[in-house]
Amino acid sequence: MIGTKTLTDNPVDLYLRADRMPHIWCSGCGVGPSVACFVKAIHRTGLDTDKIAIVSGIGCSGRVAGYVKVDSFHTTHGRAIPFATGLALANPELKVVVFSGDGDLAAIGGNHLIHAARRNIDMTVICYNNFNYGMTGGQLGPTTPLEAKSTTSPYGNCDPPFNLPHLVAACGASYVSRWTVIHPRQLEKSMAEALTKPGFTFVEVLGPCPTTYGRMNKLGRGVDELRAYQERCVVSNGVDPRDAEIGLNGPILVGNFVDLSRPTFWDHCVKIFGRAQKK
Amino acid sequence: MMTGKRIGMESSLGIAEAVKLANADVVAAYPITPQTHIVERLAELVANGELDAAYIPVESEHSAMSACLGSAATGARTFTATAGQGLELMHEVLYVASSMRLPIVMAVANRALSSPLNVWGDHSDVMAVRDTGWIQMFAENGQQVFDLTLCAFRIAEDPEVLFPVMVHLDGFHLSHVVEPFYLMEQDVVDKFLPRFRFPLALDPDKPLTAGAFFPPGVYGEARRAQDDALRSVRPVISRTWREFEEISGRSYKPVETYRADDARVLLLTMGSFSETAMLAIDQLRERGQQVGLVRIRLWRPFPFTEFRQAVGNAETLVVLDRAISYGGPTGPVCAEVKAALYSEPKRPRIVSYVGGLGGRDILVSEFVEMIEKGTALAESGVEEELLTIGVRV
Repeated sequence: MIGTKTLTDNPVDLYLRADRMPHIWCSGCGVGPSVACFVKAIHRTGLDTDKIAIVSGIGCSGRVAGYVKVDSFHTTHGRAIPFATGLALANPELKVVVFSGDGDLAAIGGNHLIHAARRNIDMTVICYNNFNYGMTGGQLGPTTPLEAKSTTSPYGNCDPPFNLPHLVAACGASYVSRWTVIHPRQLEKSMAEALTKPGFTFVEVLGPCPTTYGRMNKLGRGVDELRAYQERCVVSNGVDPRDAEIGLNGPILVGNFVDLSRPTFWDHCVKIFGRAQKK
Repeated sequence: MMTGKRIGMESSLGIAEAVKLANADVVAAYPITPQTHIVERLAELVANGELDAAYIPVESEHSAMSACLGSAATGARTFTATAGQGLELMHEVLYVASSMRLPIVMAVANRALSSPLNVWGDHSDVMAVRDTGWIQMFAENGQQVFDLTLCAFRIAEDPEVLFPVMVHLDGFHLSHVVEPFYLMEQDVVDKFLPRFRFPLALDPDKPLTAGAFFPPGVYGEARRAQDDALRSVRPVISRTWREFEEISGRSYKPVETYRADDARVLLLTMGSFSETAMLAIDQLRERGQQVGLVRIRLWRPFPFTEFRQAVGNAETLVVLDRAISYGGPTGPVCAEVKAALYSEPKRPRIVSYVGGLGGRDILVSEFVEMIEKGTALAESGVEEELLTIGVRV
């Protein structure tokens, strides 16, 4: 068996609470692969795990906080970003990450999302978007495409959805990207960029939810949903995120959309408080 | 007189059937376990045209109750459902609903509160909204959930009432179980629950302002008037339940008892655990013990008279709370019960138990244990601030 090597431990186990496995996610769910990309991104950046904190809201992706072996907190529904804002401001040395879902971040916590982006708070928000409230059984959420079926829109959704990269970019985010879980390399690299860039950085991760969204919309198993992403995704780095709307069918633009520098909330604090304290 | 066909159905769906028969105009809701099946079914009924209503899929529970305020203020028959954290997120809006006398009906699939996160049932959420000015009642099984929801609309909209009503059902233990139901015919319901005419409805032709600033000079009067009004609705609730009995054969009272007539020891419960407690009472009765059960069905406004009558002849009252009042006198229900009996010349000795938290079951044997240990404790005269049942200490 020349040239082969057997690994008994997964190299990213270092970053995971292996004792908490198996995780709760359904077969075919994309949250697990997105966590794998995330921990590889931490590894890639070389960040000290003692200086990373992960905050989650409620929902399937809210469980990430419990599986990643860094300081973590599972907050109430929608409030991951305010909690993380407190962490980031109290300890500016800390790399603060919010890992949560589209419903948690953009509906019940939507106000916090836009204001954290507006203030350019130093944090990375990773939003796992599966187009519905998966944990509670597949109700329509703020990203459910028009016409898509959910348990609260059984004949099709009448609510126009958010285009999340456009929303946060318009509010002032420093870094905005969108990838899917079939783009693990790009996703990992983009997460690493987001983690190391100052200011409010946002990575939208599209992934399957075969148990609820996939079933309601007859998308097949998780792997079939992945295949659909493969067919629909168009890599469009640098594209204006306003053009990245997601419909029930048709192309999905993915890529690194925004990467700019603007002073963070903390930069403003240091400047203005510093000036006041000199007087 | 049980009319119609007996069918099996999940309790949550039974509520949706009641809301459909009530012909609600607006449902605004946000998904939260273990309430979700109620509004999912309603969304379906609205979408397929079986219920001519607007379904508003709002972005949080705070918005759900706010949307309900708006719709009820126009005179639309309005329903929502929530649980646990969702009820707490509604908190500030709940007060507005009762103060503005908006007859919203809400089903609450009772759930524990964070942190630590727990989606299963207890009464922590109920106790946190105790003083919000809503009429609150507890269901014990699926049929009661259906019946009380129908009655809730009628009570809320009664011109002598005009208060919002919460119907409590235990999360999972009741919301998710398949129960036997007798549903009702639409024409029977229509007669019982005629079209709603809200006397204070917002109307562009007759403008009015609601909820505006009340300075110190009038605020207290408004509060006093609201409390007087809520206390005065008790006869209307009893009357409505009697009328419901005439069309359904099923009877409801603010305080209900089970084998309590000659009981020396009474156990007090609220919600679906009452039916398990009945089995414990049966076992103890078979052993010749004079024990019985008291269930508070109407939690707000508290039925003082009926409650005092129900427990007045007992020597010992063992109260089960499914919520903790941290650092408080006892469990929250027990504290109320003690307050209700303090001024009575003849009152039972009272023992407080807390259990069934966060979805933990209470077995028949544990109810037996509570009654037996509670009785011994009461007779010993020792007062414990907090006893738990089924909790590893």
